[in-house]
Amino acid sequence: MAAVMKPTSPQDEQVALKAEVRNFNFYYGTYHALKAISMPIHERRVTALIGPSGCGKSTLLRSFNRMHDLYPGNRYEGEIRLFPDNTNLLSPSVDPIEVRMRISMVFQKPNPFPKSIFENVAYGLRVRGERNKRRLEERVEQALRDAALWDEAKDRLDDLAFNLSGGQQQRLCIARALATDPEILLFDEPTSALDPIATASIEELVSDLKHRVTILIVTHNMQQAARVSDYTAYMYLGELVEFDVTDTIFIKPKRKETEDYITGRFG
Amino acid sequence: MAAVTHEQNLAALRALIANHKRKDVAFGVVGLCCMMVGVVTLVVLFIDLLIDGHGRFTWNFFTSFPSRRAEQAGILSALVGTFLVMLVTMVAAVPLGVAAGIYLEEYARKNWVTDLIEVNVTNLAGVPSIVYGLLALGLFVYMLGFGQSILSAGLTLALLILPVIIVATRESIRAIPSAIREAAYAVGATKWQVTSDHVLPYSIGGIMTGVIIGLARAIGETAPIITIGALTFIAFLPPAPLSTQPPFISFEWLMSPFTVLPIQMFNWVSRPDPAFHYNAAATGVVIIVLTLAMNGLAIWLRYRIRQRIKW
Repeated sequence: MAAVMKPTSPQDEQVALKAEVRNFNFYYGTYHALKAISMPIHERRVTALIGPSGCGKSTLLRSFNRMHDLYPGNRYEGEIRLFPDNTNLLSPSVDPIEVRMRISMVFQKPNPFPKSIFENVAYGLRVRGERNKRRLEERVEQALRDAALWDEAKDRLDDLAFNLSGGQQQRLCIARALATDPEILLFDEPTSALDPIATASIEELVSDLKHRVTILIVTHNMQQAARVSDYTAYMYLGELVEFDVTDTIFIKPKRKETEDYITGRFG
Repeated sequence: MAAVTHEQNLAALRALIANHKRKDVAFGVVGLCCMMVGVVTLVVLFIDLLIDGHGRFTWNFFTSFPSRRAEQAGILSALVGTFLVMLVTMVAAVPLGVAAGIYLEEYARKNWVTDLIEVNVTNLAGVPSIVYGLLALGLFVYMLGFGQSILSAGLTLALLILPVIIVATRESIRAIPSAIREAAYAVGATKWQVTSDHVLPYSIGGIMTGVIIGLARAIGETAPIITIGALTFIAFLPPAPLSTQPPFISFEWLMSPFTVLPIQMFNWVSRPDPAFHYNAAATGVVIIVLTLAMNGLAIWLRYRIRQRIKW
């Protein structure tokens, strides 16, 4: 098994691990999409996955909440250990529903339900059986505040979510993901469908949220990775080329391939 | 010299375009004629029925039983029969069809077995209705002992429109983007939570459209109903479903003999006395209006729901 690459920045020596990918292989049918990936996920830090289209970064992200289980023919091999309980969340004996209750996800395009703003945020709680109206209201408000949407949405909680702008819809999706107090928050290119101003507000949100939740973000935008993340993993053709502290990746990467990609000579 | 060539070229180009445009016009005319054959025939047919039948559109026509005297005969029993048969059809076919459609789309594994089932369901929609009538005669009328009743007829038509409802259900479920489904799964929902909280509410418009179109087809069906033995002359109504004595609700009407509008119409058409033909024409108008109204409702529903839910 490949050794986990250690980050080089001294200030991060004491950061606990929230999860660890260990020799992880993934197959779409017979297609070997991810090859022997090993990397740590640090607690309450932002880890960015970057790389050219088709490198497997979204595939890796979607393994963290077992999204691939929804479609036939997909196969996991290896482990993603979740701490502190040391559960291998890829194990067939672990229910994907349990994994998704612990790890939330925000998707590429805003995908609110065609329901009211309130119901969108409350849905995760309802799925968990919460019926108490006051508790629902409290937690929906808290989630909307955390997603920096409360001021814009508080007077129109019963409006259809579709009436919000694209950036607001994405923050609504973040609120939906936050309402259930996840241990890890996954972002799959969350700003690729948004304009620059909405993108800036989402990035700001990611930086704020990392103080309470571990974040894993896929982005095709290298500046974004540099701005918001503490650690960066560069992937290419299903392999993890380099993982390190973001500054190191962007200033003096160890591998030539990484440097070529970062400097725009390729990709 | 060059200018002449240029003008000649231009003239040749214009001649070419004019020539091509003649084909445009030619198809326009042919297409218009083809469309007219379809539409005009239908309109003429409807107007012809109206002319023949308009004299019979009196209150009495809708509140009288059939009679030996044409001018006193009405469609009350057929109208009530059609309504009750449709009720049974709907109650039987909607839950079965919707549940089957949801199962095939959301629960069943996608493999060659489901592919085979899919092809067969689509084929079932094309089976001639008389075949369903024969099947129902054996199954409902004799084997299950329902007799020549409203129940038998309703179940027969339910079988007939089941494929329509299954296909409509699957299609409107497929129209839901996978991103919405994934969003629900991503917060930890189970299959059933995704189905009942999202899939069903978002596809209900399309499902209802399919149900109504299926019922509109069933309302005009004659062959299978004749096969299972509907009476052509009924001068009484089925027992009332509600009564003043306990247990207040009765299902005796399910076992009652009955007739339906198309059979009543068929019966009158086959009489030698032309006075009955006016009755038949009027009945035809009623059937067409009912069918058009149902299809109109389906279109309106689809439009309404499309406005509310956009992806």
